[in-house]
Amino acid sequence: MSQVTLPHTGGDAFTSPSAPGAGRGGLTWRVLIERREAAILIVAVALFVYFTVASANFLTVANLQNLSQFVGPVAVIGAGEVMLLVCAEVDLSAGTVFVFMPFVVYYANQDLGLPMLAAIVVAVIVAGLVGALNGIVTTSLNVPSFITTLGMLFALDGIMLVSSNAAQLTMPTSGTLSNVFGSYGWSEIIWSVVLVAIMYVVLNRTRFGMHTVAAGGNLVGASEAGVPVNRVKIWCFVLCSALSGLIGIVDATRITVLDPGNPGTQEMFYAIAAAVIGGTALTGGSGTVLGAFVGAVVLGVLFVGLTIVGISANAFVLILGVAILGAMIANVQLAKFAQKRRMPS
Amino acid sequence: MTTAALGADRPDPGPAGDVVLRTDGIAKHFGPVVALRGVDMHLRRGEVLGLVGDNGAGKSTLVKILCGYQRPDVGKMYVEGRQVHFRSVGDARAMGIETVYQDLALVPQLPVYKNLFLKREVVAGGRLGFLSDGKMRKLARQYLDDIKVNVPSVDAPVERLSGGQRQAIAVARATRSDVKILLLDEPLSAMGAKESALIIDLVRDLSKNRGVSIIVIDHNYAHIFELCDRINVIHQGVVSFDKRVEDTSLEELTNYMVSEYRQQIMSGRGARQTG
Repeated sequence: MSQVTLPHTGGDAFTSPSAPGAGRGGLTWRVLIERREAAILIVAVALFVYFTVASANFLTVANLQNLSQFVGPVAVIGAGEVMLLVCAEVDLSAGTVFVFMPFVVYYANQDLGLPMLAAIVVAVIVAGLVGALNGIVTTSLNVPSFITTLGMLFALDGIMLVSSNAAQLTMPTSGTLSNVFGSYGWSEIIWSVVLVAIMYVVLNRTRFGMHTVAAGGNLVGASEAGVPVNRVKIWCFVLCSALSGLIGIVDATRITVLDPGNPGTQEMFYAIAAAVIGGTALTGGSGTVLGAFVGAVVLGVLFVGLTIVGISANAFVLILGVAILGAMIANVQLAKFAQKRRMPS
Repeated sequence: MTTAALGADRPDPGPAGDVVLRTDGIAKHFGPVVALRGVDMHLRRGEVLGLVGDNGAGKSTLVKILCGYQRPDVGKMYVEGRQVHFRSVGDARAMGIETVYQDLALVPQLPVYKNLFLKREVVAGGRLGFLSDGKMRKLARQYLDDIKVNVPSVDAPVERLSGGQRQAIAVARATRSDVKILLLDEPLSAMGAKESALIIDLVRDLSKNRGVSIIVIDHNYAHIFELCDRINVIHQGVVSFDKRVEDTSLEELTNYMVSEYRQQIMSGRGARQTG
């Protein structure tokens, strides 16, 4: 029986052990190329150090809490978006779910008289159903998710405005439960760390996560191999929506004011930006939940830091734009570069 | 190697009654396009059956029906004498039918070992489905060594492998489990001579020593004669030629294909398709 020995990759400057000084340099490069979170983590730390030096007010408990409250929702919605981006879909309605589910809690508690905990559970289930609808329309009716969820964004915004008569509401409270769900200053970041950790395990360590990558990496191939790609995608929509709704309830419990004037688009765009800056490609098949978390930290540090050093928050939007473009260009170039290293032909 | 030499060491396909797979009038159309008009074919235990035919003759459609990926419009299928209705690839796999698709059905971003276990994952934690990565890595390494497939690492993403390596991984995935019937849709198309030899050896070993029944689609008639015990030609959606390799020759097959093609042109393709 003949043994097939196929050409191994390598032999170029980065992997060849004979190249002077390639050992350390090669390893660093590999880490930066293959673990995209690593590169963005360096950026996050650098920004953090910069603002700590630039302003005495940055590294204070109050400001860190402020920062954590920015990072929390962006990281959690971002984790949901990563699941969808990995299976080559997107959810533009996640931000609207985020702002609308607190209204559902209010209606269930105040109008239907359900206890708070039950009201929260109902709202998270409603969020999941919104995701299921997004997923079913996208996979069964072959509507691109960009369009499905754009429609859902406006529809939910409309329901929110009509049902509240466009008037602000006050989030109902109930003692300890409210502390767990947002009133305690650090609860938002605790929720987000826990939820992101769970999503990390789901994406990287479970059969479902593997099937999500398969559905995004090779849709036809995955279904030929027997992966129920449509069901996997629908569950990703459900997860993204439920996560957004849950963290929306936590955020609203902290702020206490429910404002139907906010359609949630900013939260959604920040979340997708965090995912992209963190190294998740829009082409499907790869993505990192931890990267999205670090991406959210970068956005948060920039947002809070610029305000503290006295630069107008308006500049933040400009920097955000440049950061997304920069991250995308780096993503594409690094992927090309990695490809070249892999295939020295 | 010559065809004659290979014919000698090929196993006896067994008594005529030992049919593991049989189809009866399988038909399938996609909109106005008729892919299959009524395929009657059979496969014996341990037999290697070659399917040849023009592009668009319906070979790949037949494979996709046999493996449960698509459902026929009409017709019956029998596995080991029992009629079956596959609703999914999983149904067919449960009966020991495995497939290597023309497009290989690999996920480029996933490592070799995860591709080998795609939809056959080793998991812990019941419905939660936590991947047992260590176990899968070890089993993958073992199996690839067994069938002498060389990859840089089972952790390497498939996108880093050469075309031949990918093909070997796809074949390895189909043969690793308890396969009874193996469907190979152009398994040698992306392979060089050395890599082809690996697959050819593997196919022979499976049919001879493990009693696996195999259907091979290939455009290369030399491959077909080297690999197969029997040849079926699919022409315009039906099996129009069925001979054991020792009862035919490369010349006869080539002449047959050419004459069928001429006839088709003379009579007009459209008329035959709808007739």
